[in-house]
Amino acid sequence: MTDLDTFRQETRAWLEENCPQSMRSPMKSDKDVCWGGRNFKFQSEDQRLWLERMADKGWTAPDWPTEYGGGGLSREQHKVLLEEMARIQARPPLNSFGIWMIGPAILKFGSEALKQQHLPPIVRGEIRWCQGYSEPGAGSDLAGLQARAEDKGDHFIVNGQKIWTSYADKADWMFALVRTNPDVKKQEGISLVLFDMETPGVSTRPIKLISGESPFCETFLDDVRVEKDQVVGEVDKGWTIAKYLLTHERSMIGNMGSTAAGQKTLAELAVDAVGLEDGKLADPMLRTEIASWAIDSIGYELTAERAKDQAKSGQGVGNVSAMLKLAGTELNKRRYELLVAAYGSEGLLWEGDDRPAGALPQEWLRTKGNSIEGGTSEVQLNIIAKNILGLG
Amino acid sequence: MQKLVLTEEQQMLKDAAQGLFGEQAPVSQLRKLRDEKDPLGYVPEFWNHAVELGLAGTLVPESHGGSEFGHVGMGQVMEEGGRTLAASPLFASGVLGACALILAGNDSQKEILNGIADGSHLTALAIDETGRHQPLRVATKAEAQGDGFVLNGSKTFVVDGHIANTLIVSARTSGGERDESGITLFLVDPKAEGVTVERTIFPDGRNYAKVTLDNVAVGADAVLGEKDQGSAPLQKLLDIGSAHLAAELLGLSSEAFDRTVAYMKERKQFGVYISSFQALQHRAAHMWSELEQVKSMVLKAFMALDAGDEQASMLASAAKAKASQVAELVTNEGVQLHGGMGMTDEYDIGLFMKRARPVQLLLGDFRYHADRVAGLKGF
Repeated sequence: MTDLDTFRQETRAWLEENCPQSMRSPMKSDKDVCWGGRNFKFQSEDQRLWLERMADKGWTAPDWPTEYGGGGLSREQHKVLLEEMARIQARPPLNSFGIWMIGPAILKFGSEALKQQHLPPIVRGEIRWCQGYSEPGAGSDLAGLQARAEDKGDHFIVNGQKIWTSYADKADWMFALVRTNPDVKKQEGISLVLFDMETPGVSTRPIKLISGESPFCETFLDDVRVEKDQVVGEVDKGWTIAKYLLTHERSMIGNMGSTAAGQKTLAELAVDAVGLEDGKLADPMLRTEIASWAIDSIGYELTAERAKDQAKSGQGVGNVSAMLKLAGTELNKRRYELLVAAYGSEGLLWEGDDRPAGALPQEWLRTKGNSIEGGTSEVQLNIIAKNILGLG
Repeated sequence: MQKLVLTEEQQMLKDAAQGLFGEQAPVSQLRKLRDEKDPLGYVPEFWNHAVELGLAGTLVPESHGGSEFGHVGMGQVMEEGGRTLAASPLFASGVLGACALILAGNDSQKEILNGIADGSHLTALAIDETGRHQPLRVATKAEAQGDGFVLNGSKTFVVDGHIANTLIVSARTSGGERDESGITLFLVDPKAEGVTVERTIFPDGRNYAKVTLDNVAVGADAVLGEKDQGSAPLQKLLDIGSAHLAAELLGLSSEAFDRTVAYMKERKQFGVYISSFQALQHRAAHMWSELEQVKSMVLKAFMALDAGDEQASMLASAAKAKASQVAELVTNEGVQLHGGMGMTDEYDIGLFMKRARPVQLLLGDFRYHADRVAGLKGF
């Protein structure tokens, strides 16, 4: 038996023993998600226990080094862990911008002190992070950001406004891009800084979206003190890290094009809603559109797979994340348009406990942001045109 | 799961094919064949080189003189041939003929495979009877007579029909005009009495023919596979053919795209290169993104065919559908972005459009295969 087989057996046994039964079913709504953080209210004792047990193993961040609380797993072991979790439909113990975004950036660019300070609480789900990137005047032109960090010797004083900060009202710490030098080319005067959301001068205001929900906030920074040791990497060199994180974010958002395991496909949902006639979806025009979508979806999923395989074989195409972000988010938007069409007026029922398509209207509207956040589709097209095709 | 990348050997074959097509069958060769109304429709010297490289026998078993290199390998050759619009019997004989015999041939019929591998025996698949591909719609009749059959009917859009040594014909031995059962495949000698093969000219300047069968008598040994049971091997053959046509479409679309991007970087208007216009950049970026999806789908379809994967039919149809759609997009945009030059015969870009459409239609276009994907996925 190979080491990996042994690892699989041990993992399977451990999960069997430690994953509470109630954590072994797909999450029904956002309310089932565990985000952790100082003020997080666990849905159940099981949810708390599941996080605690996984965090003790470092398996909330399976591929991070053990010295910072991570699982220290190899790529293959990590894959086995995910497979074994999927096998029993185990829920993710923790959703975390710390694990997805700032953690990897600190690991790659941060000082040893920053790693020691921030990574273990992220792994344990004790500190919840939010991302301070966009500003009212800096969306697609992110490098044009204006939040000003003035050098006061051992600290900075930050003034400015951030927008589209996911869950800023619930987060404990923020990682933010700020301007530390206004006198140089815009990309060369930006730094990535970390601060506690309880610092005096930080305030947030939720933004109500077209879906009626408020996952994003405006964040106001008024004379916020940021210690100098909370700069990730070098002062004025934050744009490099920002680009790294944007690429990372793109590939995460781009994943939306895939139908997750266990989730019903668009075609299956349409069959539920519309029915079959002679073995074919009863609405022939809708069937055509869904077939076309299904073909594009196969293309997207295979391209994502090929990009990974190529990267592993050392034949990685740079900037491929821009294409996957573009294709994945546009597909997801189409998917929801077709779902609304399949359910017809019943799919647009805005309220009520007994809606055939559940919260479909809200989900449908949420997808409109997919091709805006993390770089608009138009920005992805710019990246492809300039960086891959050399057009200019 | 098999990685979606080429092995070293497959990459070497691709490079060899690229070299061969680039040097021995550039776009100018097709232009010449077309202008001179060449009676063969391909250049024998080039075909000999391709055969020497082993390309004709890529799918043929080693026991019959081939290299049995698999569909991923042959797909690379088809893709590279698509890039230069190379005219050759490779598809009709090396893909369709070879696989028809491998799938359904008996030992003595399989002897033809030796001739396919050494380039001396050419085949043509005669199945379509209407303008749109519908392989189960077979009105051509084969009626039992003595030990054999008498064939009556007509076939259209037969690739390499007028140069073939053997025609592979679908005919109905029982059932109604659109029934799945009752179709039988026959090997027919085009020189037999009652067979008329008339070359037909299409925008791509390549070889197609109309085949008429008027009381053509064949022996029992002409049946390829089982009587009445021809639609199963035929469908497998069409999966294979569709995947290889998708590869050709990928090659010709990629080349049309590369040429278009190059043109955008040399054409100046308003005092600047037109590549500096964002309206055009986004169209190019969209095409590139679409081509990447086609690349993945074509490779996966071949891998599934080689592995005998149960998803192979669905993946082959999905690949042909998407490759057809993207070829239409890229060749249309190619002409548009070349502006007035795109409308001239002098520029090659129009040749890619004129090749794309027949290949899109051949063995089923986007609509045919999208319908099939839906059917195979149960909706």
